[in-house]
Amino acid sequence: MEINAFIIFIASIFTSNILLTNFLGMCSFLSVSKEVESSVGLGLAVVFVMTLTTALNYVVYHMVLVPLNIVYLQYIIFIIVIAAFVQLTEMMLERFSPVLYYSLGIFLPLITVNCAILGVSLFMIIRNYSFLQSIAFGAGGGLGWLLAILALAGIRQKVRYKFVPKGLQGAGLSMIITGIMAMAFIGFSGIVVIQ
Amino acid sequence: MITTILTTIAIVGGMAGFLALLLVVAEMFFANYGEVIIDINGKRKLKVKGGSSLLSTLNENKIYLASACGGRGSCGFCKCKVRSGGGPLLPTEKPFLSPDEIKDNVRLSCQVKVKEDIAIIIPEEIFNVRQFAGVVSKIEDHTYDIKELTIQLTQPTEINFKAGQYVQLQSPRYGKIKQKVSRAYSISSSPDHTDYIQLIIRRVPDGICTTWVHDFLKEGDEVSFTGPFGDFFIQDTRADMLFVAGGSGKAPIKAMLEYLDARNSTRRMGYFFGARSRKDLYLDDLFATWEKSMRNFAYYPVLSQPTEQCEWDGRCGYVMPYFDEFIQDVNNTEAYLCGSPGMIAAVVKYLVSKGIPKEKIYFDSFA
Repeated sequence: MEINAFIIFIASIFTSNILLTNFLGMCSFLSVSKEVESSVGLGLAVVFVMTLTTALNYVVYHMVLVPLNIVYLQYIIFIIVIAAFVQLTEMMLERFSPVLYYSLGIFLPLITVNCAILGVSLFMIIRNYSFLQSIAFGAGGGLGWLLAILALAGIRQKVRYKFVPKGLQGAGLSMIITGIMAMAFIGFSGIVVIQ
Repeated sequence: MITTILTTIAIVGGMAGFLALLLVVAEMFFANYGEVIIDINGKRKLKVKGGSSLLSTLNENKIYLASACGGRGSCGFCKCKVRSGGGPLLPTEKPFLSPDEIKDNVRLSCQVKVKEDIAIIIPEEIFNVRQFAGVVSKIEDHTYDIKELTIQLTQPTEINFKAGQYVQLQSPRYGKIKQKVSRAYSISSSPDHTDYIQLIIRRVPDGICTTWVHDFLKEGDEVSFTGPFGDFFIQDTRADMLFVAGGSGKAPIKAMLEYLDARNSTRRMGYFFGARSRKDLYLDDLFATWEKSMRNFAYYPVLSQPTEQCEWDGRCGYVMPYFDEFIQDVNNTEAYLCGSPGMIAAVVKYLVSKGIPKEKIYFDSFA
């Protein structure tokens, strides 16, 4: 696939937003979108982890799994790599940058098992991206996820002051909002194709 | 085929092992915060190993904050005030704290990590919670199904508690019962006696702990319990006090009255003791002496099923209609209830309908 890495980066933010087109990473998306402040923290943590684990998994896949002919183990290996990476990052942040830890680090355990992160690593393999393309895809995917959770948090902050029927309060209304947002994002589709 | 499976296992295991090793080594270097000092209430200093949560660090040092979820930040019970250290308030704690608590520096101790010297404030009562050992020095039969135990403390030899609090008595394995259980019983002796406690225990059919107490426990036996727990106390006001408790619910009321009697209290007090029949009445003489020694105290036994109508010239039926004999000013009356959840719910409902403010009704409910 010869697509410019920059196009992949832009496309994964808007046209093929990992959350709004693939609906991955929904659980933390729904649970931490009550306030803009904390959603930005979680979003930035996702950007960071997604970019680096995609790069890491690219290296692991092409340097370890392919030579050993065990690509069928990619799921389990990717999960282990992501979990270990997140754990290590949390430990380092807590030790060396308390400020960053209290704004981003506390969200790290939440995204250890975020499927969007595993999803990006798996898509990168399916779509045969190069290393540069993968990094662009990882960073763009993270930013796209940040954009989506930021939008939802903004809307939910407004909704807090409005009357919501009992049955729709909380997750119910969030799902509907997410659905409408996803439909809005369809407007971008077809501009660029990256898969 | 077999080699494929084995190499697969070896590779996955190898990679997981390698990463786990990496994490363990990293933890040794990065998560090692050395020794830090926890200052508790400005009175006590604990030297502890830093790095884990405040809740678990305190637990390791035998200071037990309440926690129902085991430190996952989902129950919100483990609150304590953090005066310094402990880092900023985390978004994971916010949902459990009221604006006042946030202003007051209240934190969830399971979310606060001990990484630097830290100063906290916890209720003094929690300090007192510990394991006690004692010897049963006396067992009195009050009625056919209620006994009062006196437990002389041996280790430690002193207990500090407030009248109305309870302890968790541990029953050992006995007879066919293969498990140790612990059950809560209110202390019925006054906190002025620190070298022993008394417990009033009513037989519960098939109850593990009460059967042990009633059928197996003998004077001279060793027992152990933890405590004191609970927030059912006498409020330090001048309001009239309405006590309502039947059966073994008499225990905390007895402790409270004994405590008030020792201080020659002149507060207006009325104790409504609901029982089924004459044979369920007990300790009446003691309450009668208190009626004499405390001029503003009155004891109102009420029988719901007098064995024979003529035998009982006292109050009959349920306790609630008789409250009118005592209540003078609903805005200056506090109610203290002890009994089953059903009895408490009924009495609270009645008192609220009478106009007693809900926040002035204190109760200890046992299932």
